Amino acid sequence: MQKYKVSFPHIANYWVPMKILFSEGLDVEYVVPPPITKRTLDLGSRYSPDYVCAPFKYCLGNYIETMEAGANTLVQAGGVCRLGYYGELHEQILRDLGYEVRFVNMARARFSKPLIIYNHFREINPHMSVKRIARILPVVLKMVECMDEIEDYMRKNIGFEVQNGSLAAVYEEFLTDISQVRTKRELRRAYNRCKKRLRRVPLNVPQHPLRVGIVGEYYTIMEPFSNHYIERELARMGVIIDRWMNITNSLRPSRKRDIRNRIKPYAKYHMGATSMYTIGKALEFAKRKYDGIIHVKSFGCTPEMDAMPALQNISSDHKIPILYFSFDTQTSDTGIQTRLEAFYDMMIMRNEAK
Amino acid sequence: MIIGIPRAFLYHRYSTLWKTFFEELGIEYVISPATTREIMSQGMACAIDEACLSSKVYIGHVEWLIDRCDKILVPRISYYGPHGTVCTKFQAIYDVVRNTFRSRSAEFLDYNIDTQTPEGEPKAFLKLGKSLGRRTSSSMRAYLVARQALKADELMEQRLQEKQLDEPGIKVLVVSHRYNIYDKFIGEPILQDLRRMGVVPVLADAVNRQEAVNAAAEISGTLPWAFNKELVGAMALWKERVDGIMLVSTFPCGPDSLVNEIVVRRIDDIPILNLVIDGQEGSAGLETRLESFIDVIKFKRDDYSAEV
Repeated sequence: MQKYKVSFPHIANYWVPMKILFSEGLDVEYVVPPPITKRTLDLGSRYSPDYVCAPFKYCLGNYIETMEAGANTLVQAGGVCRLGYYGELHEQILRDLGYEVRFVNMARARFSKPLIIYNHFREINPHMSVKRIARILPVVLKMVECMDEIEDYMRKNIGFEVQNGSLAAVYEEFLTDISQVRTKRELRRAYNRCKKRLRRVPLNVPQHPLRVGIVGEYYTIMEPFSNHYIERELARMGVIIDRWMNITNSLRPSRKRDIRNRIKPYAKYHMGATSMYTIGKALEFAKRKYDGIIHVKSFGCTPEMDAMPALQNISSDHKIPILYFSFDTQTSDTGIQTRLEAFYDMMIMRNEAK
Repeated sequence: MIIGIPRAFLYHRYSTLWKTFFEELGIEYVISPATTREIMSQGMACAIDEACLSSKVYIGHVEWLIDRCDKILVPRISYYGPHGTVCTKFQAIYDVVRNTFRSRSAEFLDYNIDTQTPEGEPKAFLKLGKSLGRRTSSSMRAYLVARQALKADELMEQRLQEKQLDEPGIKVLVVSHRYNIYDKFIGEPILQDLRRMGVVPVLADAVNRQEAVNAAAEISGTLPWAFNKELVGAMALWKERVDGIMLVSTFPCGPDSLVNEIVVRRIDDIPILNLVIDGQEGSAGLETRLESFIDVIKFKRDDYSAEV
């Protein structure tokens, strides 16, 4: 029997828990897609329709490169916006290019219907055992939570390292550690060790550092390559970065009603996909007197676009500057850098004027 | 009280429903005129730059209605039951309009059809009637009459399309959202050009919706959007009876960006033209593309053999 070599498109560092989920839970080999590079994007955009959103192109590039690396089974998840239709077109494009792979499209899966999810998993590996996946799934979810917590800490402190790259080095080690983890206890040990080390990294935090909140579209906000590493650029300027959006937070359904109640003046209805979180968090950042907000999305992302008139009103109600980024496959690094620098200068000047 | 109805987006699908409903309740209404250059440029000025052309047109119509009526009807729809969902634009449009025109003293009237309320449309209209100070019984009556009127309209339209499908001569299936193809600025020039060239345009959107949604699965299995399912279904049902298919979308339509690509890749036995309208082009470029498309069809049908 041919061995299943499964792969899922990249999003930030989540390939680590993903690998454990597939290899331990489903008993298949997991092929980590090669890191996203310019080539990934070039490949993806060459074969994608012109004005589809950028995440589609990144995923397609990922698929092609991961097949070159030996994967023979590709997985695509569903979603509430265009994302829900990605899978079928991805598969069609790859077939037309002549790739013969298994493509598991989970577009119809709903978290509320475990049986359908189970059937999709069965599609990935017909010989899977429920026991195995039941054992590893809580560990994987907890792992994602730990990663998100540590990354949050890093975003808030990375701008003030005495020695550049020292926090990132600790985190790299943590990722290597947890890729060996199989139980919650091992995970907790790795997590505590990492936290201890992070706290020991010398920081030089000024009295009143600038605070910037980042909001925006699911993929672009999380995948650093697709947002041109704006968090890294901001860190270099010595800014506290606050970003609520990550896998853990987006999976917590209990928060939804809370957020919707708070943003009533700006949105009567659910406006689709992540736009509620965008408005909710922007409002929170504004109320907490942050120095600025950055809104990121891929070009043409409808839900995020529809959140923008609300953001503009929040900006004028709370006197908080918002910088809007819309990333395409052609955006240049220099242009982004210039706009970030101008935004930074403006925040500094506003602070001095106070 | 006078209700303002923007002549864009869902107006082109529900005009009979809305008009009859308000008439039955004895409520006056005013409808914005067919899209003009001014309405379009107002919409472009007020909307977010990269929003789709159709939504800019909508914003332009809302802008036209401000100060010309007491309340502007902006419904919010998120779900069509088993037929599927809608583009998030229709989920958001009420709040987009409200936020965009916050500084202008305008009031908006809405009804909401959501996943959470399975009763859907009737309930939404009763609520709408209540907010206009009408009794539930009279709103219910008005709604039922309006539904019936809409159904009659749709049947008439379907009959007409069926009849056109049987006509001799070149027939092109125009696959476009209703709010695009019926718009004076976006779709109308295309239909006029086609007729001028002696081609019969058959509108995909005038299909029997239930049949189309069922047939859509023949072409695409995981399609989530109701409007696109209807269009794709129309292609599955009618493609043997026409000479070519024209996909007309506005830039940068989210659902169409994916669906058109699927269609072009999966339907390969009939000429397909993929037109994307961004509101900037002059008419010459459009005409050239239409003419060459019709030429392709004619060559395929061998209509040129006599002339050559």
